[in-house]
Amino acid sequence: MNTTLFLQQCLTGISLGGAYALIAIGYTLVYGILRLINFAHGDIFMMAGYFMIFAMAVFPWYVSIPIVLIATVILGVLIERTAYKPLRSAPRMSVMISAIGVSYLLQNLATYLFTALPKGYPEIPILKKIYNFGGISASLVTFLTPVITIVLVFLLLQLIGHTKVGMAMRAVSKDYETAQLMGIRIDRTISFTFAVGSLLAGVGSILYFTDRMTVFPFSGSLPGLKCFVAAVIGGIGSIPGAVVGGFILGIGETVLVAMGYSTFSDAFTFILLIIMLLIRPTGIFGEKVTDKV
Amino acid sequence: MDKTLTTNKKRNMILNIAAIAVLIGMITFLQFNSADYTYQISTLERACCYMVVAVSMNLLTGFTGLFSLGQAGFMAIGAYVTAILTIPVESRPSVYYVDGISPVIANLEVPFFVALLIGGLAAAVIAALIGIPVLRLKSDYLAIATLGFSEIIRALISAPQFNRITNGSFGLKNIPGFPNLYVFFGIVALCIVLMVLLINSSYGRAFKAIREDEIAAQSMGINLFHYKELSFVISSFFTGVGGGLLAMFMRSIDSKTFQVALTYDILLIVVLGGIGSVTGSVLGSLLIIFGREWLRFFDEPLTVAGVNVPLFRTGFRMVVFSVLLMVVVLYYRRGLMGTTEFSWDGLFGWFKKLPSRFGKRTDRKKEDTK
Amino acid sequence: MKHLKKAAALALSMILAAGLLAGCGSSSSSSGSAGGASSGGEKVIKIGVFEPQTGENGGGGFQEVLGIRYANQVYPTVKVGEDEYKIELVEVDNKSDKTEAVTAAQKLVSEKVSVVLGSYGSGVSIAAGQYFSDAKIPAIGCSCTNPQVTQGNDFYFRVCFLDPFQGTVMANYAKDNGLTKAAIITQLGDDYSSGLGSYFKLAFQELGGEIVDEEQFQTNQTDFKAILGNIKNADPDIIFAPSSITTAPNIIKQARELGITAVIAAGDTWENSTIIENAGADAEGIVLSTFYDESAPANKEGENFVKGFKDFLKANKQEEIIPAVSALGYDSYLTAIKAIEAAGSTDTVAIRDALKELTTEGVTGLIQFDENGDAAKDMAFIKTVEDGAFKFLTTTSVEQ
Repeated sequence: MNTTLFLQQCLTGISLGGAYALIAIGYTLVYGILRLINFAHGDIFMMAGYFMIFAMAVFPWYVSIPIVLIATVILGVLIERTAYKPLRSAPRMSVMISAIGVSYLLQNLATYLFTALPKGYPEIPILKKIYNFGGISASLVTFLTPVITIVLVFLLLQLIGHTKVGMAMRAVSKDYETAQLMGIRIDRTISFTFAVGSLLAGVGSILYFTDRMTVFPFSGSLPGLKCFVAAVIGGIGSIPGAVVGGFILGIGETVLVAMGYSTFSDAFTFILLIIMLLIRPTGIFGEKVTDKV
Repeated sequence: MDKTLTTNKKRNMILNIAAIAVLIGMITFLQFNSADYTYQISTLERACCYMVVAVSMNLLTGFTGLFSLGQAGFMAIGAYVTAILTIPVESRPSVYYVDGISPVIANLEVPFFVALLIGGLAAAVIAALIGIPVLRLKSDYLAIATLGFSEIIRALISAPQFNRITNGSFGLKNIPGFPNLYVFFGIVALCIVLMVLLINSSYGRAFKAIREDEIAAQSMGINLFHYKELSFVISSFFTGVGGGLLAMFMRSIDSKTFQVALTYDILLIVVLGGIGSVTGSVLGSLLIIFGREWLRFFDEPLTVAGVNVPLFRTGFRMVVFSVLLMVVVLYYRRGLMGTTEFSWDGLFGWFKKLPSRFGKRTDRKKEDTK
Repeated sequence: MKHLKKAAALALSMILAAGLLAGCGSSSSSSGSAGGASSGGEKVIKIGVFEPQTGENGGGGFQEVLGIRYANQVYPTVKVGEDEYKIELVEVDNKSDKTEAVTAAQKLVSEKVSVVLGSYGSGVSIAAGQYFSDAKIPAIGCSCTNPQVTQGNDFYFRVCFLDPFQGTVMANYAKDNGLTKAAIITQLGDDYSSGLGSYFKLAFQELGGEIVDEEQFQTNQTDFKAILGNIKNADPDIIFAPSSITTAPNIIKQARELGITAVIAAGDTWENSTIIENAGADAEGIVLSTFYDESAPANKEGENFVKGFKDFLKANKQEEIIPAVSALGYDSYLTAIKAIEAAGSTDTVAIRDALKELTTEGVTGLIQFDENGDAAKDMAFIKTVEDGAFKFLTTTSVEQ
C-alpha cells in the first residue's frame, strides 16, 4: 500500500466516521434518558434524505437545508410523542418493540411513498466540488464532514453543560423520578432530547447522502445499527464516547475493506461489539453503573 | 360444582379429540387433493415454518423475558446445515458449479430428519457460545448483540472464502422437499408440543420466575445465568429446526433470505399473538401469513364505482401491516391472547360474556411497571 | 385514553372490513370475467407471468411485464387444433425475493396456467423452477441469464443468452479496445453479479488479460469509496461491475469522484434509464452488453414490434425507449403461443415437448432451444451512454 492510497483511505474512513458520530449521538442521548434503543433513529436519518430530495426540487440548497432540518426535528418529536410517550410506564420490552415497529413502519411507508428504487440525492454544488491534493481526490463534503462533526459536538457539550435545559437533561438521565419530583418537566425534556438527536441525524444525513448520492427506503437501517454499536463502544450515554465510537467504526471499516476483507466489513462492527461487551460492557467512556434493587 | 367440572373436563376431552381429528382430516384432504390446492398448501406450510420459530421466540421472549433479535441468523444456520446434508450427492456438482464442493461434505448425505436435528443442534451450540458473554448483561444488549450476530452469520454465509461449503453468493438448490404433508405437519406439531411440555415443566416455572422478577428469582435460588442460557439454547435449537423446515419448504436458499426483515416478521407474529402465549403465536403466524396472501389486493390498483382509489398501490399492504403492529403495541399490548392460552373453557366463557362485553368494557390494565 | 382505544379499535376494524369487502369485490370481479368468457362459448388458456414488480428488481421486472402485456395485445388468441383459445395472463409478483417467489409460483400452479413466462432476476427463477417442474408446467425465462436456471430442469427454457456468453462478450470487447488490465466488483450473495463476474474473469484471463483487482460489496451497501480506492491504486483500464440498478449509480459516481478514469462496464441490468438519471453526467461512457437494439430490427416481426411497442409505451406513460427486457418478454410470449399451436393441445407436457423442437423468429433474433433449454444466441449488443442516452456501439458474436 502506497502513501497516496493510504491517505485516500484515511480520508474516506474519517469522513465516514464523522457521519457515524453524528448519528451515534442521537442514540446515546435517547438511551441516556429513556434507556431505550431508538431503532427508528436510522430511519429518521433515511427520511431526512427523502425530505432533502423534495425540498431541493423546489428550493435552492440554502433554503432547503433549514427546511429539511426542521422537518426532521418535527418527525423525531412526533415519533416520540405518538410511539414512546404512551408507553412511559410500560415494560421496557414493549417500548423496544414499539421502536422496532416505528422503524418497520417508516421503511414500509418510504417504500410505499417513494418506491423501493433508489432516488438520486440532489447535489449541493459547493459541497460536491472536487479537490485534488497530489493524487488524493475527494469532494469538499468529504473534508468537511469531520470538521462539522467536531464543531457540532462542541456546541452540544456547551448546551448540555451550561444551559438550563441541558441541566434538566442531565438530571432526567441521572434519576428519572427524582428529577420529576424536583419540578423538571419530564415530557418536555424528553421531547427536547429527541429534537436534538433528530437535528444531528438531519445534519448527518445531508453530509452522508451528499457523499453517497442515493437514498432508498433501507439506507437508514444498517448505518443506524452500526451507529448504535458505535454508541455502545464509546460508552452509552457519553457524547464524547459516541464520537470516538463513530470514528473507530468508520476508520476500522474502511481499513478492513482496503485490506480486501469487504465481506466482513459489516460483521466487523458486531464482532467489535461482542468483544467490547465481553471485556468492558460499559464502553470506553462509560461509568460503571450498578443496578438498583 | 364438582359435577360441572367433570362434565366440562369430559367435554373438553371430546372437543380436543374432535379438533385433532378435524386437523388430521384436513391434512388428509389436502394430501389427496394436493394438485388442486398447491397455493393454499404452500401458504400453510410457510405459516407452519414461521410458527415453529415464533413459538421458540415466545419461549425466550414471552416466558423468560429475554429479548433476542437473532432469529434470522439461527434460522440461517439450521437452513444451511439441513440443506448441505440433504442435497442429493449426485446433484451436488451442479449445485456447486462455480468453485466445486469441499471434499469434507461432498459425500455426506443423511435423511432429512437427522439433518433437521443436526441443524437445530448447530444453532444451539452457537447460541450457547454467544450466550456466555451476552446473557450476563442487561437485556437490551442481548437484542442488539443477537441482531448483530445474525448479520455476522449472513456475512459468513455469503463470503467467497466459504464458497466450497455454503456456495457463497450462488445459494443452494435441489434441496429435497417433504415426502408428504403428514411428515411435515408431524414435525411442526412435535416441535410445538415439546416446547409446551418444557414450558409446563419445572424449567418453565423457573423461566417465568426470571421473567417476572430477576432479583426475586435469584433470591429463590434460581441460577439466573444457567436458566437464561438454557432458555436461549433451547429456543435457538427450535429456531434452527424452523430454519431447516423453511429450507425444505423453499427448496433453494441463499443468504438474502435471512435478512433482518425475517426477524421482524417473526416479531410481528409474536407480538400480535400475545407475548407469552403459545397458542397466540400459532394463531398469529396463521393470521399473518394468510393475511398477507389475502391482502395482496392492497398492492393492486383498486377502482370503486369507476373511481381509482389512490391509496391502493404497491407497498400499501406492508404499510397496513406495520400500522397494525403499532396499534397492537400501543393499544392492545396483550395481543390476541395476552399471556393466556387457548382453552375450551375460555372460548365458551368468551361467548357467554360476549353480550356484556359490548355493554361495558372492563378495564384490564394490569401491566406491571418497568 | 379509553375513548382513544375505542376509536382506534373502531378505525382498525373498519379498515379491515373495508379490506375484506374490497377483497371480495376484486375476487368476484375477476372470477366474473373468467366465468363470462367461458359462458360466451370462448375457450380460455392461461399464461402465467412470474415477475418481480416490487423489491430490488421491481423496475426491470415491470419493463418485462410491459413487453408481455403488449404481446398479449398483439396476439390475444391462439389456435389449438381447430379451436380458438383466448389467452388470459395471470400476473403474480415475486417481489425479487426467494421466499415470496415460492408462494407466487405455487399460486400460478394452482391457477392451472399452461405456460409460465419469467422472471427478471435469476435467483427467483431458480427458486421457482423446481416447483414448475414438479407441476410439469413449462416455463420460459426472459432475461434470467444464470446457467443454473435451466440446468437440470427439464421444464425451464429461456430466450436470452447466458452469463458465460455475456462474460465472454465483455471480455472480447475489452480486448478489442486494447484494455488489458481489468478490475472486477461483484455483489456478495447475488448469483447474477457473482456469476457474471467470475465468467468475465475466466474469459478475460483466457484472452491474455490481467485481473488486477477483485472486490466485493454487500447488498444495500452505498459506500464504495474504500473498494474504489483499492481499484484506483491497482490502476485498471476497465472496471467490470455487474450489479443491480440500485447500486450502479453509486459505483459510477463515486469512481469518478475519486478520479478513476477507467472504462466502467457491466451486463444487461445496466440498460435502464434510472442509472442515467441518478448518475447524471458521470454515466457518460459506461459500457454494457444487452440483448436487443431497436435501431436494427432483425426481421419483419422486429420492425412491427418497434413501431407498435413505442405507441404502447406512450399509452402507458413510459419513456419511448425500448428496453431489451421488454423485447425478451415479447419473445417469450411469442415462443409460448407458437409452442401451444405446435403442440395442438393445452396439455403442459405436450407444450414442453413442442418447445424442444420449436424454431421461432423473435424480435431479438432466431430462437431455438438446445438440450438444456437455452436459446442458441450468438450475438450481443454493446451499448454505451452518450449525451444522457443509451447509444448502440457494436454487436459482438462469439463462436460457441
